[in-house]
Amino acid sequence: MEAIKTVNLTKKYKDFVAVDNLNLQINQGELFSLLGVNGAGKTTTIKMLSCLTKPTAGDAFVGGSSITQDEINVKQVIGVSPQETAVAPNLTVKENLELMCGIHGFSKEKSREKVAELATQFNLQNILTKKAGKLSGGWQRRVSIAMALISEPSILFLDEPTLGLDVLARSELWDVIRTLKGKITIILTTHYMEEAEALSDRIGIMKNGKLLVTGTAQELMEKASTDRFENAFITIVKEAN
Amino acid sequence: MRMLTFAKRCTKEILRDPLNLMFGLGFPVILLLLLSAIQANIPVDLFRIEHLSPGIAVFGLSFMTLFSATLLARDRETSFLQRLYTTPLKSMDFILGYILPIIPIALAQSIICFLIAVLLGLPVTVNILFAVSMMLPVSLFYISLGLLCGSIFNVKQVGGICGALLTNLSAWLSGIWFDLELVGGAFKKIANLLPFIHAVELERAMMSGNFSEAFPHLFPVLAYAFITTIGAILLFLRQMKRQ
Repeated sequence: MEAIKTVNLTKKYKDFVAVDNLNLQINQGELFSLLGVNGAGKTTTIKMLSCLTKPTAGDAFVGGSSITQDEINVKQVIGVSPQETAVAPNLTVKENLELMCGIHGFSKEKSREKVAELATQFNLQNILTKKAGKLSGGWQRRVSIAMALISEPSILFLDEPTLGLDVLARSELWDVIRTLKGKITIILTTHYMEEAEALSDRIGIMKNGKLLVTGTAQELMEKASTDRFENAFITIVKEAN
Repeated sequence: MRMLTFAKRCTKEILRDPLNLMFGLGFPVILLLLLSAIQANIPVDLFRIEHLSPGIAVFGLSFMTLFSATLLARDRETSFLQRLYTTPLKSMDFILGYILPIIPIALAQSIICFLIAVLLGLPVTVNILFAVSMMLPVSLFYISLGLLCGSIFNVKQVGGICGALLTNLSAWLSGIWFDLELVGGAFKKIANLLPFIHAVELERAMMSGNFSEAFPHLFPVLAYAFITTIGAILLFLRQMKRQ
């Protein structure tokens, strides 16, 4: 069953077409990566799917609800971890998690349980009392993803989750993302080839707002007649010129 | 309930920033002590504690603009707001969540200012309570101005505009440091068109118990507070839509 379906989804800013007639289906429980160079339209797509920006044309159905007609229902099934760290810097990690619990209307007891659960899942126990703004980039991203999961979403958007992180922090965050695979639907945007290849069930490559191709990493490599995913990406993007 | 959760977070963000405490509470108190020391050596009518403390209390509120503007601009820049826009929070939850927690901080700042003034010789009368109560519309003006600026500018711009420009405007055009009659002309006319002098004169009138003198100044303060709040709401909604 599909978690997300877009129908001719389009976003224009004056004369600039950021996303052009996007037709895409993402299945439940799938980790789908949107891959593309800067300005490909990945973040705009995520913004539309998470109701942050309205499409100029077309529609999308997230968890069965229309992003143009049924924003409230869409917001109830999604979690978003934006490109920047998006944490409250002067609040402790625990307070950041509790803030999201409060915003989602959890009782005190449920908040306590949820914070404890996510602290264990994301290995945050030792930093719960530390101010989020004082943490390293990798830990801030980890907290950011945990905050996105507070509402128990069935669909999680991760926008460039490892951007700017060092190799070790990136590898650790990949492990965190792997623990979520299969449990919820994840839509991840990235411009790191190895990230998309390592984590994704399927990958969609975007360029200039258009979706060029979708498939598993293996299928894309076969399509481009190469055994390296990076080469496959370059070939597909260049052929689109 | 959701709004209160967000407001609580905003309070913590502001009060846990040592720079906020230093400038918001420390700076007005230092000014009060310094100018009172000058007054003790070279008496000037303008710096009598009954005259000076309402002015300093109003001037201190210009830091509330900086607090609210910086908080909102930073939340926009770090995508923290973007994250919250994907939650069930409504636009009014955000607006009230930013404004409401700063009002008690502003009132607390004014009370501290007047308490220090009492230690420096300000007579303890019920007029202090009236003066504090009139801080409410003045605070609303300064806080809303911050929300308005934070909806348009980034953190760096907010630092320049609210931290430098506004504090200077609030200082020079308010009649705290010198009598505007002495300058006169266009300077005085411009000052009278802006709310700063009216806020200070309103507070001075309340402090001296001359309530009939307060009313001509109350109207422009209320008008500015109302217009700025409406402007802040509209600009916040505009930036929210632009996300």
